[in-house]
Amino acid sequence: MDFREYLKNNIVYLDGGMGTLLQERGIAPGEYPERWNITHSDVIVDIQSSYYNAGSNVICCNTFGANSLKFDDNELDAVIKAAVENAKKAREISVGEQEKFIALDIGPTGKLLKPLGDLGFEDAVKIFAQMVKTGVKYGVDLIIIETMNDAYETKAALLAAKENSDLPVIVTNAYGEDGKLMTGASPAAMVALLEGMGVDAMGANCSLGPKQLRPVAEEFIKYASVPVVLKPNAGLPKSVCCQTVYDVTPDEFVEEMTDLIKKGVRVAGGCCGTTPEYIKKLTDSTKSFAPVPLTDKNITMASSYTNAVIFGDSPVLIGERINPTGKKRFKQALIENDMDYILAEGVNQQEKGVHILDVNVGIPDIDEVKMLKNTVYELQSIIDLPLQIDTSDVSAMEAALRVYNGKAMINSVNGKAESMNAIFPLVKKYGGLVVALTLDEKGIPETAQGRIGIAEKILKKAEEYGISKKDIVFDTLAMTISADTSAAKTTLDSLSFIKNELGCHTSLGVSNISFGLPNRDAVNGTFFAIALTRGLSAAIMNPYSADMMKTYYTYRALNGLDENCSDYIGAADSFTVTVSAASAPAAKNAEEFKSELQRAVIKGFKDKAGELANELLKTTDPLEIVNNEIIPALNKVGEGFENKTVYLPQLLMSAEAAKSAFESIKSHAAASGDKTSDKGIFVLATVHGDIHDIGKNIVKLLLENYGFNVVDMGKDVPMEDIVDKVVSLHAPFVGLSALMTTTVPAMEKSIKALKEKAPWCKVVVGGAVLTQEYADQIGADKYAKDAMESVRYAEGIIAENN
Amino acid sequence: MSGITVKILKRPSFHEREALRYAGCTDALEDMLELLAKTLEEADKKLVYKVCFGEFPINTDGDVCDFGSFKVRSGNLSKNLEGCSAVLLFAATVGVEIDRLIARYGRISPSRAVMLQAIGAERIEALCDTFCREYEKENSVKLKPRFSPGYGDLPLETQKDIFAVLECPLRIGLSLNDSLLMSPSKSVTAFAGIIDSREK
Repeated sequence: MDFREYLKNNIVYLDGGMGTLLQERGIAPGEYPERWNITHSDVIVDIQSSYYNAGSNVICCNTFGANSLKFDDNELDAVIKAAVENAKKAREISVGEQEKFIALDIGPTGKLLKPLGDLGFEDAVKIFAQMVKTGVKYGVDLIIIETMNDAYETKAALLAAKENSDLPVIVTNAYGEDGKLMTGASPAAMVALLEGMGVDAMGANCSLGPKQLRPVAEEFIKYASVPVVLKPNAGLPKSVCCQTVYDVTPDEFVEEMTDLIKKGVRVAGGCCGTTPEYIKKLTDSTKSFAPVPLTDKNITMASSYTNAVIFGDSPVLIGERINPTGKKRFKQALIENDMDYILAEGVNQQEKGVHILDVNVGIPDIDEVKMLKNTVYELQSIIDLPLQIDTSDVSAMEAALRVYNGKAMINSVNGKAESMNAIFPLVKKYGGLVVALTLDEKGIPETAQGRIGIAEKILKKAEEYGISKKDIVFDTLAMTISADTSAAKTTLDSLSFIKNELGCHTSLGVSNISFGLPNRDAVNGTFFAIALTRGLSAAIMNPYSADMMKTYYTYRALNGLDENCSDYIGAADSFTVTVSAASAPAAKNAEEFKSELQRAVIKGFKDKAGELANELLKTTDPLEIVNNEIIPALNKVGEGFENKTVYLPQLLMSAEAAKSAFESIKSHAAASGDKTSDKGIFVLATVHGDIHDIGKNIVKLLLENYGFNVVDMGKDVPMEDIVDKVVSLHAPFVGLSALMTTTVPAMEKSIKALKEKAPWCKVVVGGAVLTQEYADQIGADKYAKDAMESVRYAEGIIAENN
Repeated sequence: MSGITVKILKRPSFHEREALRYAGCTDALEDMLELLAKTLEEADKKLVYKVCFGEFPINTDGDVCDFGSFKVRSGNLSKNLEGCSAVLLFAATVGVEIDRLIARYGRISPSRAVMLQAIGAERIEALCDTFCREYEKENSVKLKPRFSPGYGDLPLETQKDIFAVLECPLRIGLSLNDSLLMSPSKSVTAFAGIIDSREK
């Protein structure tokens, strides 16, 4: 029988532990169990047939770590071939009448993916793809991806399975005692991610016993529409006289499992420490049970790599600020590839309380595919909010969805056939919660009925693609009331119908409603309130708008969505406008400092420095502020650092305050079209193999403060890329950082190549393992022991050349 | 594999001075204490204290240390393990979240990132110390000062053997990069010679 067919109407029994049994048979610590497929095939067949005899429907081939990181191509093929043959043989010789299937078993690579580790996402996809192709070639019935403790690696494995086979795929992850994966994902987040990509069954395995995994299993039963899988350990491993023993007996194991099967677990087995005895008792005591029927949970959600945002009664806020439309400073940041500026927009919105970040980086003359993909990657490295990918470029959309670690929101599809045909296949492949605009080839209907008609058309088409209506959020398009005073009514009437009659969630770009009117925030806030009462689920909005946030918090408090009104009380203070810091009274010891701005920089008051600079810009030339205020203050702190009277964190706090003042000046310049000072290009990179970049980031901050145009190439940068960048920019300076003795050779190679291809360029090196002697040995122009020394050196060279 | 155990420890007590020292602050100035406290509050919620470990036999022959499952050539380690009949081999980590925080603040506030680095360094040291003290107590043994790959002439390559026998990725989510850096970064692997061997 086909496995998918069997899964529909039956409780499926998996096998139990393999590793513990191999230890009993004498496998040595550190030995690869997969080699035993060839060297000890009798042992493997014996264990697997005993699981079939115990009543298992599915046996995992002994291929957990059969990947190209451990085996060369020939051995890998042989190992997987033997593994499948062993399982087939076990099936043949086993007794029992049950349906019997063979699964390709895919475990984690043992490496963490970038940016936390050094394995690239696409490299991981390739590694898993090779396992899948080989397993398919030798005739497995399904694929089981298991024991992964990271959402991103799990996505890579599932993508590889889907791209290289049509076989059913089961995914189980290793959850810790906190109910999360090691890298932070909750069961709900994993449901969002994996169901979106079309997994056939999912759940938890390994790490804990059935009792400790109960809360995780219950989460799955609550959120998952696909069958829930549970494959716990026989409790926790304990070392007794140099032997590993597990503390849950077969009877205790079965008692817990029986109850969880009654509650809705549909696929059951055991992991470390379980034996055929556990599986036999499990099948004996539960095989007469009627399986709990599967239901579509109909939960609308998006997810990040850690958590899911669920659409329900409480409004979902989608921050709109990562978007260049109408923002000169943002456009400039995109042109200059100033990722820190974009990331700061994300962090600031998160601090304001948004739940999801819209990401739009589309401007003319930019490689949007590369930029969007890169921005998504960088954002998800430091912010754990789900992202809404906002682009009209389908290739950019696909690139971003592929690299995204979770179930993204997709902005957007509309009623045009061309749009649906391009976007729906992406939703189907990568998962996603798609925003659907109620417009089509004929434009935006002026009536609510017209917009509803388009919504119905979109739903029908989505169904053809196998996309459920829970994964579509309708936007009935807020249009400005300054052009048509009935515009709001049309939007709201169609919105209300779609939410209440069609049963779909809704979203609006709220602020469009006030375009062309004075004091737009007032209109937006009120419109937002009305829309919420009519059935708005989510708003794409500006979280810096006090009116919008007021509406959000009061709406929740008034609708019983805010227990004890505690969120409202927590936020209430922020609704009052604060007085500009510049008018605050001067501090007692003001005479110590030449000016308030200098004081703010020296003391490291970040927000205040920015505000004071803004204040000064009204009356003072930007260059004067830089040369007479900021630089002298920075110099004072820098000298203190060099004389060891100022500590590194203090130096950095001042540098951050100075950066905040510079940011005010940059925004001013972007608005007025002025150029800010530029001492020349300084390329920075952490060399290949090194994935820590704090030292480099410190140097970057100080160089920028002193007017250098820093091109930050990031970490783990290959030599060729550094050379190409330096040559193409004809950069006068490059700074290389290395942390480990093992990566210094990569630095040496980079210097050699630079000296050959870019002899004009001065190479500055630094990092934990470097010394003057080491730097001389590898041919650097300068060893900088700290960030200030890099600045002084570069300034010295510039002075010499002038 | 056989006899490898995972232990999750309670939060070891925090040594403020030690953390400040890692951040390069020799005096506990008020603004630095404030920054440390603010940073620690955020980090504390996200730290875990995980160790996987096992006992291995040790036979030394000159510079070569033979642990049964693997051998290492290191005069310093051999000397360190003199008089020990067994060795405790362990890998410890405070988890991946502090790396995420360091990455986040590295981009938006390096001063906080430097403090996080310092907190991470203090935490992993405190974890190793606490683990070793508890191990001594629970097993009624004495441990020699711990010795890690990269100390003296003990090659970093030893990490590969340690990762293979302790199965660090599966047990505590610790992985080894191609350049022999560990991820998460605030992690330690070490040998600790067991003195007073017990009756087996």
